[in-house]
Amino acid sequence: MKEFGYRRVSDVSGAVALLGAEPDARFLGGGTNLVDLMKAGVERPGLLIDVRELPLDRIEATDDGGLRIGATVTNSDLAADPEVRRRYPALAQAVLAGASGQLRNMATVGGNLLQRTRCGYFTDLTKPCNKRVPGSGCPAIKGEHRNHAILGASEHCAAVHPSDMGVALAAFDAVVSYETAHGPGELPLTEFYLPVGDTPHLETALPPGALITGITLPPAPVAALSRYRKVRERASYAFAIGSLAAALDVQDGVIREVRLAFGAVASRPWRAREAERVLAGGPASAEAFAAAADAELAAARVLPHNGFKVTLMRNLVVATLTELTEEAAR
Amino acid sequence: MALSTSSAITLNVNGEKRTLPVDHRTTLLDALREHLDLTGTKKGCDQGQCGACTVLLDGRRAVACLQLAVAAEGRAITTIEGVADGERLHPVQQAFLDLDGYQCGYCTPGQICSAIAVIEEHAAGWPSAATTDVRPEAGVPPLTADEIRERMSGNLCRCGAYVSIVQAVAQAAEAEQAPFSGPVDRVDTANTEVGA
Amino acid sequence: MTTATGTTAPTGAVGAAHTRVEGLAKVTGAARYAGDIPYTELAHGWLVLSTIARGRIGSVESAPVLAMPGVLAVLHHGNAPRVDGDYTGPLGPPDPILQVFQHDRVPFAGWPVALVVAETPEQAREAAEALVVHYDEEPHDVAFHAGNPRSYTPEGPQAETSKGDLDAELAASAVAVDAEYTTPEEHHNPMEPHAAMARWDSGRLEVVDTNQGSKFVADELAKLFSLDPASVRVRSEHVGGAFGAKGTRPHQVLAVMAATALHRPVRVVMTRRQMFSLIGYRSPTAQRVRLGADADGRLRALDHAADCRTSTVYEFIERSADYGRSMYDADAHHTVNRVVPLDVPTPTWMRAPGEAPGSFALESALDELAEKCGIDPIALRARNEPDAGPVSGLPFSSRNLLACFEEGARRFGWADRDPRPGLRREGRWLVGTGTASATFPVLVAPSTAAVTAEADGTFTVRITAADVGTGARTALTQIAADALEVAPERIRMKIADSDFGPAMIAGGSMGTRSWGWAVTAAACELREQLALGGAIPPQGITVRSDTTKDLATLTAKERYSFGAQFAEVAVDVTSGEVRVRRMLGVFAAGRIINPLTARSQLIGGMIWGLSMALHEEAVRDEASGGLVGADLAGYHIAANADVPLIEADWVDDPDADDPVGIKGIGEIGIVGAAAAIANAVWHATGVRHRDLPIRPDRVLLAGTTAGAEPAYGEVETPGVEGASGVEGAPGAEGASGGDRDA
Repeated sequence: MKEFGYRRVSDVSGAVALLGAEPDARFLGGGTNLVDLMKAGVERPGLLIDVRELPLDRIEATDDGGLRIGATVTNSDLAADPEVRRRYPALAQAVLAGASGQLRNMATVGGNLLQRTRCGYFTDLTKPCNKRVPGSGCPAIKGEHRNHAILGASEHCAAVHPSDMGVALAAFDAVVSYETAHGPGELPLTEFYLPVGDTPHLETALPPGALITGITLPPAPVAALSRYRKVRERASYAFAIGSLAAALDVQDGVIREVRLAFGAVASRPWRAREAERVLAGGPASAEAFAAAADAELAAARVLPHNGFKVTLMRNLVVATLTELTEEAAR
Repeated sequence: MALSTSSAITLNVNGEKRTLPVDHRTTLLDALREHLDLTGTKKGCDQGQCGACTVLLDGRRAVACLQLAVAAEGRAITTIEGVADGERLHPVQQAFLDLDGYQCGYCTPGQICSAIAVIEEHAAGWPSAATTDVRPEAGVPPLTADEIRERMSGNLCRCGAYVSIVQAVAQAAEAEQAPFSGPVDRVDTANTEVGA
Repeated sequence: MTTATGTTAPTGAVGAAHTRVEGLAKVTGAARYAGDIPYTELAHGWLVLSTIARGRIGSVESAPVLAMPGVLAVLHHGNAPRVDGDYTGPLGPPDPILQVFQHDRVPFAGWPVALVVAETPEQAREAAEALVVHYDEEPHDVAFHAGNPRSYTPEGPQAETSKGDLDAELAASAVAVDAEYTTPEEHHNPMEPHAAMARWDSGRLEVVDTNQGSKFVADELAKLFSLDPASVRVRSEHVGGAFGAKGTRPHQVLAVMAATALHRPVRVVMTRRQMFSLIGYRSPTAQRVRLGADADGRLRALDHAADCRTSTVYEFIERSADYGRSMYDADAHHTVNRVVPLDVPTPTWMRAPGEAPGSFALESALDELAEKCGIDPIALRARNEPDAGPVSGLPFSSRNLLACFEEGARRFGWADRDPRPGLRREGRWLVGTGTASATFPVLVAPSTAAVTAEADGTFTVRITAADVGTGARTALTQIAADALEVAPERIRMKIADSDFGPAMIAGGSMGTRSWGWAVTAAACELREQLALGGAIPPQGITVRSDTTKDLATLTAKERYSFGAQFAEVAVDVTSGEVRVRRMLGVFAAGRIINPLTARSQLIGGMIWGLSMALHEEAVRDEASGGLVGADLAGYHIAANADVPLIEADWVDDPDADDPVGIKGIGEIGIVGAAAAIANAVWHATGVRHRDLPIRPDRVLLAGTTAGAEPAYGEVETPGVEGASGVEGAPGAEGASGGDRDA
């Protein structure tokens, strides 16, 4: 780790101004990913701007019945919040499924969105990686890629986004707010992450110098009956090998609204709009759920070792929507 | 801009103010161990992947290896050296001792700090990934063995002391809840229902 | 009290539950491990490891690094002092990785190429990361698989055993199993990283370390640096887990080199990632087991051929095929361990070396045989109980395997088990149970001890034992108390200091037995001296023991511990996740000194078996030759949530030839545990998993043959969209599994 400066800021405009003045500065939130990457040598900032004390630590109801979540709200506080648990239970479940109690206490909502992939090649400086060193190659494609992407990847990079929280946010149409030196802006979460293409090192659509200030969840009555299902290679404290955020509004056996987002299958939380389209207005049956999953997964491009994710995601969609249907009937 | 890469900071550790110069690269873990001679907090991975360095920051558990010392200024830090009440062990420490909730002892300070926080988090009504229904209407889940297992999963133990760790946390939770009024969640350490 | 202890009856300390004597220090954070002890002027060494898997070091660009703040030295092959590796220690010749920086060859990725020493750890780390090393890279080969043409059978009588006509007996068998089993590269990952501080103090070399045997390490350092053994002192007060990985390793050698060069104390601590190439690991294995039996399950043929991998610089054999040599007899009986050298780090002993992977293969194969014979797996094992050592013909010192099964079956509820697979469904979970045998050799090695009657009425025991979390310090206290016929509170147990003299390491499940023997010998003699009466002088009365002669009188026997493992699992048919719901192990493992800590140790071993069955796997990248995800997020060990209520218990089984009755319990807990879980997964799903770990992707792709209806729609087998048509997908290995008798 190289030496760096440290500044603690207390207001958003000061934070943005400081970042603009220092080209190799980074914002420090909980540090659970950034500090680790600095130790690994993947990140080498010259200045850390500590934003943890910014007044962005509130979760507030919006006038239209949604929620606004400040960027420095910790994962723990997000998951413990009664309104989050009541209105968007899958979001609380997703956050609780991630990392550990210690890390959730440290990690912030803004940092969660900006965390980097855990691809073993990306975090190992002795190996090539197009995301870390553009043009150096992607050894995962021919190497170890059991937990790599089946959707939206390219031959340049098949790394997956590790966030659980983001999967639920994608399902619930979250909007990311940010501040720049030129004023504030917004990005829907589903447009927040850039396509991989041949630029896997460019990960988000945030303008240069932007500071994430919060996330807005629009009202979503469908989210009241929602679930996050995470599959991993041990029962806890592990990244997903496949996950699903699902919300369902079903009446008299007919699907009025459905939300589906996949985790650990793409470089970003994967909103399964094609599956949603297939299901909308149709019957809530296992056959329909399977057909919807197949429709979404028709775009899957598998590598030699990660084809199981197609089966896994299909099973998760069918199982979880069936459970939600049964729950709705109770 | 000429940036200083070190700072003189004051850390509030176990109720004491400790002033020290730190390289900004110094983590809270290294500051405790190398500068303040508080070596009870252990370094198992230095990457946030094992929990051996768990301390309490403003009363909440955190891994000290990913916490920069300079960023911990102004926060109340409690380490394993600060959890006992003088000569009287914290109930969690006593339970780990009595029930053999450890073997080599290296993950133990982190396990104990984590367990103290787990009991408080549960008392505060926080759900976990083992909680079937997270909606507030469902109420606080009892601190079953499965709840303890999930909540303690951020602390790896290679010796495999998990079975007695769960029993120790349950026993300490019962001991801590005893003085409080209100319904006490019966802790069933014999609960073997996992995964079903 | 200043006089003799009197002639009270034994205190009964042995066999009674006793919390750990160092427990208070461990729960308060007061226990100091190797990296915890401050020294004035302490400098910090940071290792630089090779980034290539094979070749030569061209140059080490140390000049720019030496100009960095705080940097004191850069040691490498061009400037390091010479060390002498031409010796044979108690465990054989040294692993060449101990001869650090002696040449420019790089035999594997992660080989030590330099040590940067600086005033602070932060400076050392930054400088080590900045150090440029130029290599002349050569092609490497790290791919391990069965039938590698470079595999060979090692020299020596232990590699292969054979009796009878295998082909004839297989041909004459009514029932046969022929299957291949694989286990992956597994790493010890003790929670405490390797750490050593070295300094010169009044002409003596002092090393504060974390190891399994301080005298072993001291003697090895003396040999490497050509020092008088009496001038080297190694201590290792507390050890944060070892499991076979904490012998002499490069960090001690480097700390000594740097301390010698800089004339100040130097500490070298490995990072978690560095541990993956520097401390040894368990080789992957590919094992073919062939069993032939009569219709009633009596074995006619047993063939166990186990392949493992070593480095190109040292031959270490993972002796998986040894397992059957004592366990099961057959008219034709053949076992062989083969090895292939590749451009990888040298493996080493890891908890139950040989027995852990070997028992997975053979105990899985026996379950397959039971299925084919249509008899109960426990009955199959009972039918094949040998009267004497199957290979040696020697009598067993004791063999209480069936007593373990009897007690275990009763407590586990085995009698109610429906043997048919794939029948038990609970929601999306399929449930099954499995069992397996366990065994581990009972060995003992010479040790010395000193017991002192102090003038204040206490007793001080000194022995170069190591407590790596086993509870040895406490057990030895209990043993000494009974031998001296005093309360344990009057014993002061001092261990892990090479100045206390030669003693066995904490390894091979031999520690407490070997040390307990020496402590008992010295304590009994002291008690007899004290019984004669008389005052104790201020310096106390010390009696020393050396068990070398006693041990030489032990007759040749088949000496083993035994056990019966039981597991219940639930398999999620939608996700492929396997959860262990309960485990029970019943062991015949000698006299249990401390039931509290013994239970912890046995359960810990069983959790290792669970972790081996479901989680552990280091993934080697063939292109770079290094590992991918070499950390605790990439290499999964069981977390708390993976571990259900596990029970361990024992049957009465004192060893008649041991003064205390000990056999040893450090390793038998893991043996057979992975097989019991794999057998339970078969019972749940109807699919055999012959490749560890039993990951969700393997379970998903293998599907189930469950008679029950799938929970939701159909349960996919390999295929549909993406997974189809992927030739040779490793994920599909679990499905094919190499069942050659189909």
